[in-house]
Amino acid sequence: MSFYGLVDGSEKSLIHFLDQLSGVDQVGAESRAAMLATRSIKTSSKKWAIETAISMVDLTTLEGADTPGKVRALCSKAVRPDPTDPTVPSVGAVCVYNDMVEIARTHLDAIGGEHVPVAAVSTAFPSGRASMAVKIQDTQDAINAGAAEIDMVIDRGAFLSGKFGLVFDEIVKIREVCGDKAHLKVIFETGELVTYDNVRKASYLAMLAGADFIKTSTGKIAPAATPPVVLVMLEAVRDFYSLTQRKIGVKPAGGIRTTKDAIKQLVLVNETAGPEWLTPDLFRIGASALLNDLLMQRMKMSDGYYASPNYVTID
Amino acid sequence: MTFEYAPAPESRYIVSIKPKYGHFINGSFVAGKKHFPTINPATEEILSHIALGGVTDVDKAVMAAQKAYTKTWSKLSGKERGKYLYRISRILQERAREFAVLETLDNGKPIRETRDIDIPLVAAHFFYHAGWADKLDYAGLGHSPKAYGVAGQIIPWNFPLLMLAWKVAPALATGNTVVLKPAETTSLTALLFAEVCQQAELPEGVVNIVTGDGSTGAAIVNHPKIHKIAFTGSTDVGKKIARAIASTDKKATLELGGKGANIVFDDAPVDETVEGIVNGIFFNQGHVCCAGSRLIVQESVAEEIIEKLKVRMAKIRVGDPLDKNTDLGAINSKEQLLKINKLSAVGDAEGAERWSPQCKLSDKGFWFPPTIFTGVTQANRIAQEEIFGPVLSVLTFRTPQEAIDKANNSPFGLSAGIWSEKGSRIFWASQHLKAGVIWANTFNKFDPASPFGGYKESGWGREGGKHGLAAYLKNGKETGAK
Repeated sequence: MSFYGLVDGSEKSLIHFLDQLSGVDQVGAESRAAMLATRSIKTSSKKWAIETAISMVDLTTLEGADTPGKVRALCSKAVRPDPTDPTVPSVGAVCVYNDMVEIARTHLDAIGGEHVPVAAVSTAFPSGRASMAVKIQDTQDAINAGAAEIDMVIDRGAFLSGKFGLVFDEIVKIREVCGDKAHLKVIFETGELVTYDNVRKASYLAMLAGADFIKTSTGKIAPAATPPVVLVMLEAVRDFYSLTQRKIGVKPAGGIRTTKDAIKQLVLVNETAGPEWLTPDLFRIGASALLNDLLMQRMKMSDGYYASPNYVTID
Repeated sequence: MTFEYAPAPESRYIVSIKPKYGHFINGSFVAGKKHFPTINPATEEILSHIALGGVTDVDKAVMAAQKAYTKTWSKLSGKERGKYLYRISRILQERAREFAVLETLDNGKPIRETRDIDIPLVAAHFFYHAGWADKLDYAGLGHSPKAYGVAGQIIPWNFPLLMLAWKVAPALATGNTVVLKPAETTSLTALLFAEVCQQAELPEGVVNIVTGDGSTGAAIVNHPKIHKIAFTGSTDVGKKIARAIASTDKKATLELGGKGANIVFDDAPVDETVEGIVNGIFFNQGHVCCAGSRLIVQESVAEEIIEKLKVRMAKIRVGDPLDKNTDLGAINSKEQLLKINKLSAVGDAEGAERWSPQCKLSDKGFWFPPTIFTGVTQANRIAQEEIFGPVLSVLTFRTPQEAIDKANNSPFGLSAGIWSEKGSRIFWASQHLKAGVIWANTFNKFDPASPFGGYKESGWGREGGKHGLAAYLKNGKETGAK
């Protein structure tokens, strides 16, 4: 692989590339994100933002207590988020653990949800602490079961101890397993990388290694998809595009629970990476509770009043 | 479909503007004789008519202030004065939205800035100085420092209420009384502040506000009973004031113009630097005395910085100042717009390359797009003269010393910015820059505890912090002030 002609695959060239990236000033990044959070999105633009956000949700259940029944319920919700209103778009994907992929795929196909992809978390999610053989098998199983999107975690221990080559190689290998069968999303767990400099380095590392999407978090660690973290990642995909002409997607996940939070994310996309990124192909929001708040806000916009939570389905 | 932000205007019904205003003298509004219109610079709508104060009005105001000083204000303890200041700051907070909307209507600056920056800082200045009122003996200004008596204060139109706060809060905290003249084009928030003084039951005559033009200001400067002048405005007027008081015992602080150098080193954090450049020159339409109006960028990164700056500038939202999503509002007056146009034309004639993003400007009102000039040299007028508008001059340098030399090669010395990830370089540069305020990896940040003021033609003295208190106290040491 050529890695866009920017690195040759060796750790040395990778470190050289990451070292020449500009630093991120924490105060500046946080104040830019805070300023963008003051954008006031009303009326027609709010309506558009809610519809768009719904189509970008990766509707997720990642619990030890997940059962086939729970996953099937989630799939129904994903295809028709509001059963009383067919104009509500389907969500971006259903995101489940490896062993639930087949159940999800089968059920989606059975209920007319062929267009909704199944995303599987992979590579010993959420910790990433397993052998490479296990990680490859984990990914292969998910693809065999019908996953069209693989959400892999990076080895944060390796990253934090400076073994960038190891992290890079893992992504490259998983990318190979995905081939043209599955989109690859690379999860950084930004709450464990802590600094914005690390987030920027991880973003470039993953993009160079072949990620289709870069994703903030597993949802198991807080803080997760904070606006400044997403800002730094959006800057990375914007600059990577001008470097390589390839658009990489961004997926914030974790902590985005309200319509207000989701709209803030869309504003960040619009004013950082640009409007071309405002499509489910390039921006997803990993969430579970968010969808119902979006639906309730959508009802409020058409009916003029807030309905009781009993008017949206719990799953 | 793209993400177009629907209009999100702040309601203006929270403010009630009278058709005509008088002066605020001795605790009540008194009718003026002549009036002139004050307009909304975004629409040219006439908002109200403002009284044109003459020598007699100023004299009445000074006499009221003198009487209040002798009879009541100088007899109150610092603690009691502090209570009034706390009360004023709380009322300002309670009425913050009203002040923000009124400031935006009268000045043309975006509601986002009046709401999030101007008005919160105004309240902060009163809170900060309220705390000093009973602690002046311990401020390191000598044993029981004394007030001057009546302070004459003349403020500009770029931050109308904030400049009022910078002047009135320390004056009252230190025990002076005040005759204040707001700028000709932006008197409305000062007149609303007069209502706050009434609401706070501030003793009559402690704060007097006389509206008018330059002649009114001259009457204040030349009044024999005024012992202390505080002025913020242009260097030309500052020089006139300095001449006028040269043979008197009047003390003065002058906050004048600037041509702030924003220096970008090759190791700067690029994205945040671009934000800082935007904030440095496009904040408040560039109507900022400490604006970072000269970008001095290291040649090796100039191309990247300019390219990213242009992308960022294309996202600046220019338009209705009352819209909550507006980043750049209206130019404050026709006169100022003419000045910006004139100096920009000079930039073209000097061979600098002008660039602005595409933006739709309203036919009514006064507008100027965010603009940069590249290829500017020290010998160009746009590198030397203050434009006081959303216009950035870009110069380059090769070595750190060259950056400092270029930055200091200016008749002004108000502000400077340093962008670098290297701490030692920031300290080195800040020690060699001749500017009163230096920001590192940020720009245009203000705090009442931080003294503000300039070198050279940027002024005398400091406002804010302990240094600012000294300017209003007799045995206080004033930095660089007369």
